[in-house]
Amino acid sequence: MSALNIKKGSTSHSAYDLRSALSEVEESHTLAVIVENEPGVLARVIGLFSGRGYNIDSLTVAEVDHTGHRSRITIVTRGTPAVIDQIEAQLSRMVPVYAVHDLTMDGPSVQRELALVKVRGKGDHRIEALRLAEIFRANVVDSTLESFVFEMTGTPEKIDAFAELMRPLGLVEIARTGVAALSRGV
Amino acid sequence: MSKQMTGAKMVVQALKDQGVEVVFGYPGGAVLPIYDELFLQNDIRHILVRHEQGAVHMAEGYARSTGKPGVALVTSGPGATNAVTGLTDALMDSIPIVVLTGQVPTFMIGTDGFQEADTVGITRPCTKMNWLVKDTAKLAETIHQAFHVATHGRPGPVLIDIPKDVQFANAEYTPAEKAKVSHYQPRTEGDPDQIARLVEMMESAERPILYTGGGVINSGARASQLLRELAEETGFPVTSTLMGLGCYPASGKNWLGMLGMHGLYEANLAMHGCDLMINIGARFDDRITGRVKDFSPRSKKAHIDIDPSSINKVIRVDVPIVGDVTKVLEEVLRQWRARGSRTDKAGLAKWWKQIDEWRAVKCLAYKNSATTIKPQYALERLEALTKGMDRYITTEVGQHQMWAAQFLGFEDPNRWMTSGGLGTMGYGLPASIGVQIAHPEALVINVAGEASWLMNMQEMGTAMQFRAPVKQFILNNERLGMVRQWQELLHGERYSSSWSESLPDFVKLAEAFGCKGIKCDDPKDLDDAIMEMIRYDGPVIFDCLVEKHENCFPMIPSGKPHNEMLLSADAEAFRSGAVLV
Ligand SMILES: Cc1ncc(C[n+]2csc(CCOP(=O)(O)OP(=O)(O)O)c2C)c(N)n1
Ligand SMILES: [Mg+2]
Repeated sequence: MSALNIKKGSTSHSAYDLRSALSEVEESHTLAVIVENEPGVLARVIGLFSGRGYNIDSLTVAEVDHTGHRSRITIVTRGTPAVIDQIEAQLSRMVPVYAVHDLTMDGPSVQRELALVKVRGKGDHRIEALRLAEIFRANVVDSTLESFVFEMTGTPEKIDAFAELMRPLGLVEIARTGVAALSRGV
Repeated sequence: MSKQMTGAKMVVQALKDQGVEVVFGYPGGAVLPIYDELFLQNDIRHILVRHEQGAVHMAEGYARSTGKPGVALVTSGPGATNAVTGLTDALMDSIPIVVLTGQVPTFMIGTDGFQEADTVGITRPCTKMNWLVKDTAKLAETIHQAFHVATHGRPGPVLIDIPKDVQFANAEYTPAEKAKVSHYQPRTEGDPDQIARLVEMMESAERPILYTGGGVINSGARASQLLRELAEETGFPVTSTLMGLGCYPASGKNWLGMLGMHGLYEANLAMHGCDLMINIGARFDDRITGRVKDFSPRSKKAHIDIDPSSINKVIRVDVPIVGDVTKVLEEVLRQWRARGSRTDKAGLAKWWKQIDEWRAVKCLAYKNSATTIKPQYALERLEALTKGMDRYITTEVGQHQMWAAQFLGFEDPNRWMTSGGLGTMGYGLPASIGVQIAHPEALVINVAGEASWLMNMQEMGTAMQFRAPVKQFILNNERLGMVRQWQELLHGERYSSSWSESLPDFVKLAEAFGCKGIKCDDPKDLDDAIMEMIRYDGPVIFDCLVEKHENCFPMIPSGKPHNEMLLSADAEAFRSGAVLV
């Protein structure tokens, strides 16, 4: 473990900010969890979600600070405000977790996902796929006479929309990274 | 000055540096280097158990009765999997223990080697934190961190998995003061503004209650002292969960008794009817709340807890205070005194009058018998005959456990060890040994049910070998009594597999272990038999044959609100005759 002086409880989660937590409406929240990059830590975080029955809609993880040995896990989850509070509290108290940021609560944020989309087709379908890719600013990263692999980044909704349009044009396979997110401004 | 040593030696050195005096364990191939080092020294005592589950419960009993972390050492594979129940028990009840497991050598991990198990994988959900140490240079530091994590914040079990080659290899020893632990520093001071809100509410409360739990005991002896001062200065009634018994004295004038599913009528109705509930180190467990929707509907609630995730998990509260009970209560009392606070005397007097009416129901009343020993009577006699002694009680799980909580009185913290959150049958016997090892001169009694007791009875061998004079007070109803009670009340009296068939002769069993056996089935002989047990200098198995079909009341069936409590026939008769406000 590296020496750090981050105090537990001083993360963005606080038991004191009680928003209208009595709502029964489910909300989607994007959480950024800064953890010690050690074996087993990701398993511990994911185990919390499966063990306590919380949802994971998207998950990305990578080391973001090689010297400080820290990884950033971005989780998109769903739940009522009370459940979201509970998820944040449960994450915050984990020993290898340094900080939990609720990007949905912390103000506006930028969310991006990368997708690789393979489309097979000939003739008009092929031309139409290429035209739509341009509109969506997707790049062709591989092509044969009867297929393309498009690369695109954007919000998950944009990728969903693109994939939907490609379906009738010969969508074969899609690979997505899951969401990476940062809050806007400083 | 750098100190090179083997990983195995580091383990022993690190335990010594952490002040460990006793290790409960069981050897095997993957921990032999550590056992070799234990053999070569005399500072740490090793207690050889008979099953690894026993080792972990002993470490728990040791920890609960001393406030210090307990330590267990087991081998890889089956040794580690046998420790899982104890780890889960300690997690649920927030008990600080450190479990060391051996592992196959690093180069064999992942090959399905002999006695290989994915120990950190298996134990991840049942530890506060666990580590697989692959480099001897990191071993000592990890052990020091493990002790820090187990004992700071909300206490809990931690596990360190140590491959055999890591035990053999040499590296430099990291002393405790050099180990980096600064990243895990949970907050302990409560927010003074929230505390001020609480103090104001206390001044105006008409029907307050202090709802205390195991957190008071975990916070240390000072927390119990402060709680007593708070109760004394405010005159507020005090109840406690199963885990908190002893933090406020049973003889104290504000004591309402335990609350919850088998808690006292007056405690549960006071919780239901209060206007200010102050939760101190308890966690709104479902055995306490009953149906959440109807839980204490008219009260403002404050919750003091060191674990922020406990707050608003089950019950939403008005005043959340994250902090260590000792520090928070110090601040509560400081503000209370500094403001010259006064309670609502008239309101409180009315409240106590109401409570006294509830008390008059005498919810623990039972019909005694001249010919059969009633379990409640057995515990009343045990209480009377051991009162004032240097006494520690452990229990198994079932009816006997609830009766023990109802009929035994605890004056101090750390005197009562029971499996609350997990409800682990088989906990009490090994726990009693752990307590006795920590307190060799004390009277340690395990109040047991015959079925639970059989689950870890092999540990009588440990008690004999290490001269732990534990008293096994078995309330033998020849039934899985608590299961039978639920079947009677909730499953149409279909007694599916709730008999204890083919029980051993407990007196002969005692003889076989080389200890003393006592059998008693007549109320007239009971006092003498209990005195014989207490006076005997060594372990005793006491087979107390009790009424087989007694039910434990009061009872709030699960999922029901507090005011839908089942009472014994005697108490019910009294209640229907009494005028209740
Ligand atoms: C390990 C385990 N298995 C099953 C249970 C479910 N259970 C709770 S109480 C009980 C019966 C206990 O019987 P006994 O120890 O004789 O106590 P009694 O209720 O008769 O006093 C059972 C089976 C449990 N709590 N723990
Ligand atoms: Mg029984």
